[in-house]
Amino acid sequence: MEHHLVLRVVARTLIPLIMLFALYVQFHGDYGPGGGFQAGVIFAVAFILYGLIYGVDKLRDVVHPGLIRSLAAFGVLLYVGVGIASIIGGGEFLNYNALATDPVAGQHIGIILIELAVGITVASTMIILFYAFARP
Amino acid sequence: MNVTLIDVVILCLLVITTIAINQQRNLFATTMLTGIYSLLCASLFVCLDAVDVAFTEAAVGAGIATILFLGTLALTSFEEKTAVKVSLPGLFIVIVTGGLLIYGLNDIPFFGSPDNPVQTYLASKYINESANEIGIPNLVTSVLASYRGYDTLGETTVIFTAGIGVLMLLGRAKGKNRSLLGDER
Repeated sequence: MEHHLVLRVVARTLIPLIMLFALYVQFHGDYGPGGGFQAGVIFAVAFILYGLIYGVDKLRDVVHPGLIRSLAAFGVLLYVGVGIASIIGGGEFLNYNALATDPVAGQHIGIILIELAVGITVASTMIILFYAFARP
Repeated sequence: MNVTLIDVVILCLLVITTIAINQQRNLFATTMLTGIYSLLCASLFVCLDAVDVAFTEAAVGAGIATILFLGTLALTSFEEKTAVKVSLPGLFIVIVTGGLLIYGLNDIPFFGSPDNPVQTYLASKYINESANEIGIPNLVTSVLASYRGYDTLGETTVIFTAGIGVLMLLGRAKGKNRSLLGDER
């Protein structure tokens, strides 16, 4: 699709906005609809759009497939890590009250961290899927 | 339950889309129709005030799934292989399963009914106490991330496992510049 000028220009304008919207959905999930899962998908869509317009090889230069695989595993590890941190803090597995001296502050930290973990895993997995299905 | 005109219109459109998906033999058109189906589902979820679910349905069902279907079509074929023969055991299993599902509907509490087990103690507990216990305004996020954090961990692991599964089936080994499906093509 390298010769489609309109698509390229529109994609170039849209990709930063899509990423910004994904970050908004990620960190505004406590107040409005959204959260890690939706944000991860939207963030991955920015990369997938880039890959569709500019080609998968160019996308591989931007995001290294090895890096994205490690990030997918990192998200799950971060989630489990929050759970273990709350055990160390003296609570049950994934009981965020134990993460800080104030239980509500602990809940906030826990929720932000696990939403981030979900977002990282979902975004990475969607890009992994796109890499696997994209025609070589 | 108050059925509004928009619910009826969306449900009718869902039925029409389903019939169209069944009739369609061109897989590209089928993919587009499944995208439309997901978008209609998302609108229905908005009507049911489930904006978080609608958000996910629109992003995953109508967005990512359509792209992955298209990628699969590019790897395989755009035309469905027509099966002329009707498989009798298959028809039997479909009818029995469908019958069991309709029979099972009898036990499901009526939509929004007050003596639904969810409404009797759990929903009120979440609504009354989550502001003190969790302290964030979006109830869905506090249920999803805190009260049901263990389930969300499971969901994240499922997504991760799905990615690993696709990598094992379609991922290219180092040095080889072809995918498994590409070899068969």
